[in-house]
Amino acid sequence: MKQIPIAVRAGSFAENKDIARDIRVREIIPALESGEEVILDFERVDAATQSFIHALISDILRKYGSGVLDRVSFKSCNDTTQKIIGIVVDYMQEGM
Amino acid sequence: MKIHLPNSAFLGNIDPFLRGFDPSAPDFLEITANNKWISVHPVVLSMIAALGLTVQSGDIRCEKFEARSKHYLVRMGLFKILKVVSGIRIVEHEAAGRFIPLTQIRTSDELTKFITEMIPLLHLEPEQAKTIGYIVSELARNVIEHAEAENGALLCAQYYKKSNSIRVGIADTGVGIKATINRSYSAETDLEAIRLALRPGITGATRREGGTEQNAGAGLFFIKSIASVNRDFFMIYSGKGFYKLLKKLPARKPRLQADPFEDRHSKGDDFPFWRGTLVGVDITLDQTEEFSLLLDAIRKTYSAAVRERRAARYRKPRFI
Repeated sequence: MKQIPIAVRAGSFAENKDIARDIRVREIIPALESGEEVILDFERVDAATQSFIHALISDILRKYGSGVLDRVSFKSCNDTTQKIIGIVVDYMQEGM
Repeated sequence: MKIHLPNSAFLGNIDPFLRGFDPSAPDFLEITANNKWISVHPVVLSMIAALGLTVQSGDIRCEKFEARSKHYLVRMGLFKILKVVSGIRIVEHEAAGRFIPLTQIRTSDELTKFITEMIPLLHLEPEQAKTIGYIVSELARNVIEHAEAENGALLCAQYYKKSNSIRVGIADTGVGIKATINRSYSAETDLEAIRLALRPGITGATRREGGTEQNAGAGLFFIKSIASVNRDFFMIYSGKGFYKLLKKLPARKPRLQADPFEDRHSKGDDFPFWRGTLVGVDITLDQTEEFSLLLDAIRKTYSAAVRERRAARYRKPRFI
């Protein structure tokens, strides 16, 4: 199981999409490819933009399908971050 | 180019100011101003700064300002960014809690630094700082990623104590919304391109539902939604197109619309040509809706818009 602390890379206001892409490409996808489960840890993230969350997970949903949500979980998200993740997951699945 | 700073230009009455902008002779900029009083929205200053960076500083003719409020323009860094000597002397006060002066942002890292260092200067409540940071981040990233603007984004913000509101303006002199949207769509006018850009899930990067791995086409819809729910002004001006979200009537419960033309608004497709994009937004702090409640409404509207587009694309087999 791979746990990825988001705040360490993106800070308490997660808005930098370049960092989101880096996390996705360098950490999340390789872990999924090697059959690991992934925990995205949002501890100390006060806020995240929709653009950040989109850059972090939309390509994973598209590549692996909605079943990937059984292998990726979101830890210590506050209420707003949970809702933004919910919006991105919703529209990605609606559009599949 | 000629631009005149009027007595008053805020989002509610900004239309005549924009219509007065003369974009002809793009190698030269003449700035004039009302000689009694100048009181303008930050978007006006962002616009002038962005224009100024497209010409040599020696080709900017800025008349000597007489208005008593001329010091404000110095404090916001207008003359500094234009590299023009104003001759206005001021005693600088601490900026904290009142304004963010004109700032040029060209890269993703500059934006992150700006958000980390500048937004706290406004001394907002955490929930309000989150909203402002969100708006600034999404708007400036649009410029960095899509506008192809040599000078990046020019932005500034001001806190208004009387109305307890923050007003933000951001300008670029890039390719404009029509050019970016038409990488995937075929908007015939600037206004039609603005309409598409404000719809959830529409991006110039692709026509595919859900966007690309880096772009969803949701940023402007989120910002318009924040303004809409809070009953605030929001304006966007690109090419000859202009769209302004008008304040919602207090009696009505705000409802989010996927199509910006279904919101209470004003618009025009015959404004003086603005090479790039200009966005202004007001956020009234004491009525800022809880951000998480706003997200519930956005989720509902966004999903409905995606389902509607999917239904429109659905074709039944024809049996002949």
